[in-house]
This record gives sequence, C-alpha cells and structure tokens, in this order.
Amino acid sequence: MLTRNYLFIFFFLFLAVSLEPNSSKILSETMGNSSSMLTQYDIEEVQQHCQRLFSQQEIVSLYERFCQLDRNAKGFISADEFLSVPEFAMNPLSQRLLKMVDGLNFKDFVAFLSAFSAKASVQMKIKLIFKVYDSDGNGKVSFNDILEVLRDLSGSFISDNQREQVLTQLLKEAGYSKDSYLTLDDFIKVLGSPGLKMEVEVPVD
Amino acid sequence: MSSSEGKLKPSSSELDLDRPNIEDYLPSGASIHEPHGKLRLRDLLDISPILTEAAGAIVDDSFTRCFKSNPPEPWNWNVYLFPLWCSGVVFRYLILFPVRAIVLTIGWMIFLSCFIPVHFLLKGNDSLRKKWERVLVELICSFFVASWTGVVKYHGPRPSMRPKQVFVANHTSMIDFIILEQMTAFAVIMQKHPGWVGLLQSTILESVGCIWFNRSEAKDREIVTKKLREHSQGADNNPLLIFPEGTCVNNQYSVMFKKGAFELGCTVCPVAIKYNKIFVDAFWNSRKQSFTMHLLQLMTSWAVVCDVWYLEPQNLRPGETAIEFAERVRDIISVRAGLKKVPWDGYLKYSRPSPKHRERKQQSFAESVLRRLEEK
Repeated sequence: MLTRNYLFIFFFLFLAVSLEPNSSKILSETMGNSSSMLTQYDIEEVQQHCQRLFSQQEIVSLYERFCQLDRNAKGFISADEFLSVPEFAMNPLSQRLLKMVDGLNFKDFVAFLSAFSAKASVQMKIKLIFKVYDSDGNGKVSFNDILEVLRDLSGSFISDNQREQVLTQLLKEAGYSKDSYLTLDDFIKVLGSPGLKMEVEVPVD
Repeated sequence: MSSSEGKLKPSSSELDLDRPNIEDYLPSGASIHEPHGKLRLRDLLDISPILTEAAGAIVDDSFTRCFKSNPPEPWNWNVYLFPLWCSGVVFRYLILFPVRAIVLTIGWMIFLSCFIPVHFLLKGNDSLRKKWERVLVELICSFFVASWTGVVKYHGPRPSMRPKQVFVANHTSMIDFIILEQMTAFAVIMQKHPGWVGLLQSTILESVGCIWFNRSEAKDREIVTKKLREHSQGADNNPLLIFPEGTCVNNQYSVMFKKGAFELGCTVCPVAIKYNKIFVDAFWNSRKQSFTMHLLQLMTSWAVVCDVWYLEPQNLRPGETAIEFAERVRDIISVRAGLKKVPWDGYLKYSRPSPKHRERKQQSFAESVLRRLEEK
C-alpha cells in the first residue's frame, strides 16, 4: 500500500521534471556541466579561437542560436538545418557558403562568423571573400572561378556570353588578362582601397 | 500543425500566389544604397553585401523567431525562492493535476452519456439534433478550459450565426479552437491529426461541421476552397472559424495570412487571442511536443489566462485584392493582440522558399550591372 503511494508520487515528480521548463536548468546545474550549457572555460576557449573578435556575451548569444539551429543536439548544424532559415535559403550564394559552413562544430562556427564582426580587419573580410571565389582552395582565383560566382549572382538574367565579355573587359581595365590568376594580394589591392563594409550584429539580450 | 518533421522540399508555386512581395518588407542592405557610376572590376568582385545578408540570416532571422518558445524568466534561483517554487511544483502536480483530471473525466462522462444518445436517437430530426450537439460540444470545451483553470476574458460582441460570414483568428495552439468553441460552436477547418486527436476530430467535430485539409498535398487547396465556399453559403451551418496563418506561431509574432479565407465573398470577422505568459506559455511547438504532452503541461500549470477580442467585421473594399484584404485584417489582429508582423509564409516551416525569391535578387543584381555598363 505504502509503496504504491510512493510510486504515484515518483510518477508525478517524473512528469514534473519532464514538463517543467525550468527543471532541466536545475538538473544541469546540480549535476555539474551538461552538454547544453557553456562554462566560462568553454567561452574563453572559443574566444581565443576566434581571435577575440566577439565579446563573451556575443559568444553566449551565438551558442543559443547554434543550439536553436542544431535540432537534435548533434554538435553541428547540417546543411538542411541551415536551409530551413528561409532568408539564408533565398540568398544566391547560399550553396557556396554551405560548403564552408556545413558540419562545423561551435568553435569553428564562431571562427567563421568572426570575419563579420565589426572588430575584424578588412584583410580578414577580403580573405573570406577570396575563399568564396576559390572553391577548389588552391590559392588562385581563375577567370572561370569568377564567372561561376557571377553566374550564381545573376542567374539567367545575363547571358553567358555577356558575362564573359563584361568580365574580360573589366579585368583588362584593371590590368589583368583573361588568363591571369588572381591571388589574395590581388583581391586586397582591388577591394581594399575605399574600405569594405561587411558586418553583422549579434543580438545580445 | 503536423507532428513529424519530414525532409524539406521545395514549395509548390501555388503557395507563392498567396504572398505579396516579400522584398517590400525585408530589410535588404543591397537595395538601400544603389551603386552608381562606371562599372569597375571591384564592383563585380565585391560580394560583401550578399555575404552580409547570408551571415545575418545565420545569426538571427525573423522567421525562426516566430517559432521559438519563450518561457518566462526563471525567478527561483536563490535559496529563499527555490523551496517556494518546489512546493509550488508539488502543489501543482500532486493536488491541482489530479483534481483537474477528475473534473475532465467527469466532463467526458457527462458529455458522452448525452452525446451518444442524441447522436443516434435523434437521427431523424436533424435540426434538433444539431442544436443539442452544438450545446454539448460547447459543454465539453468548457470542461476542457476548466481543466486548465482557464481564465478567458472575452471582449466585444459575441459572434452571431449569420450566413456569409467567416471568423479568422491568430493561431498559437490547438487550444485556441477550444477556447473559442466554448463560447460559440464554430465549424473549423483543420489538419487531420493522427492518434486520439484524429479520433475526436472524426467523431465529435463532424457534428459541428468540420473541413479537413492535408497540408502536404498541393491540389488539396482547390478542393478545400470549394468546400469553404459551400459551407459559408449555407444558412444553418455553424459559423466557420479559420486560422489563416496555417500553423502555430508563438503568440509574439504573426506570419502572413493565407488568402483562402478572404476570397469567399463573405464578411470576415477578426478575432484576436493573446495569452498571458506569466502563467503558462501556451505556444504549442509541434516540433518539440506532442499534443498530449502539451495538454499535460497546461493541466499542470497554474492557469491559462488569455484575452479574446471579437473585432469589427470587415468586408472586401472595392479595388482591394484578396491579399491586401488579408494583410489589412492581419494588421487589425496584430495591433489588437500586440503581435509583431513578419513577412513570412508559415508553411516555410515545412518546405523551402521557392526559387522565385532568389531569382528576384539575381535579377536586381543583373539589372544593376547592365545599367552601369551603359554609363561611361
């Protein structure tokens, strides 16, 4: 008789723990670190990894966002989960960015986004742009590489011929030829002069 | 309101016809500053605005915010308040919950013992049977609301049964329907659910007149529109209640209304529902919780407190399209219930945005390049 009462009480308390939104916070605090909480040590490690370009509060916000996108707490965000953000899926360069961002763990995710911090140098931002163009990662951007990105950006609204024409002409005017390969330094020369604005603000509640 | 998340697929173009131009709403960095002057290599290579938009979407986007459960801030993190909270939990789970479960069971027993005889014995006398069934459905909904200690404040004139009118409301959870149904027996249009909810839908809700739709079928929309129109023309059908958002939203935002309810040629009566979050967060996050768990959560919280406003009926203005009408009504409801409007289609929860939006961005980029090519 007594054990049955205890069983009922345990059942109700179990229900409480699973339904109460606050109980998981208590549990993870009493049982030490659980996988969904960041310790101070973790935050500092991530901050080091991204060259201190994000403040600690921003890293905590980014972690909440990471957990929100990573639906089954696998530790990384899959391509499908990125594409479930409609604003991202609509972006013409989403496939290229996906290659760079798919399957990253939180530390590398923050490192990727750090190029968009207001404190990041212009060189870091240009480096990211270069990486987007240099899809095979050989350190050189060819005429075709640029054409491919242009194709993503303009779709069927400019013909292939016209794209080639415009690019050849502009390369000539800038002192390059159709066969030349652009390196990171060339990119810095072309894009660096009046400065580059590529910043994203991390919402901090 | 589906209970399982399948793989996302590109949306059918039919769903897009519902939406006005998203670009009018979205803050787009590239469109704010139109570049001028002769085209240089730099302008072709500079993809920074597009990358900024993409990174901005990764960091925070207005669509995901609509479906985020925001439970109220925990207040019990010190040694004085924590025992208070614990005793609250004990009270809610060991005293309130059993009492409520008993109340609900009694309600079901009364309901079934009246409904089954009425349904079968009065088969010949349709209008009397319908009247009784309406009253009984209102009764069981009141029992449901009592089982969560629902404190609902209704503002505005009660809906009357007239032909050629439909009711639209913002959608937070399936309990929206129950709260509205306890005051007036509405006919509703719903997604067919599996499990015990589906059973209830097919037996009891049939009696108040319900229309089923299947979100995953594209052709389904025409059939459903036809059924809606037939229902709203009928004089002795229950007034139709439609949730034009098409999915549950977290009661802080409102997503775009589908135009189906607004092109039936009827008067549209907006209803705004706002839940008080201090007592419980009534948002049913169908990806995280089944409906049963959601109900259990409501039954073990202190109370469900909400306000329901019946707002002034609206008609299609001359020269207004159905989409503009839908947006105008959404505006009325959002202002009344304190919701922020976002320009997204709720169905993007289940499918990808159509390539049309990407193409629009590509087109504006192409046009800008070609235009500047002309400038020498």
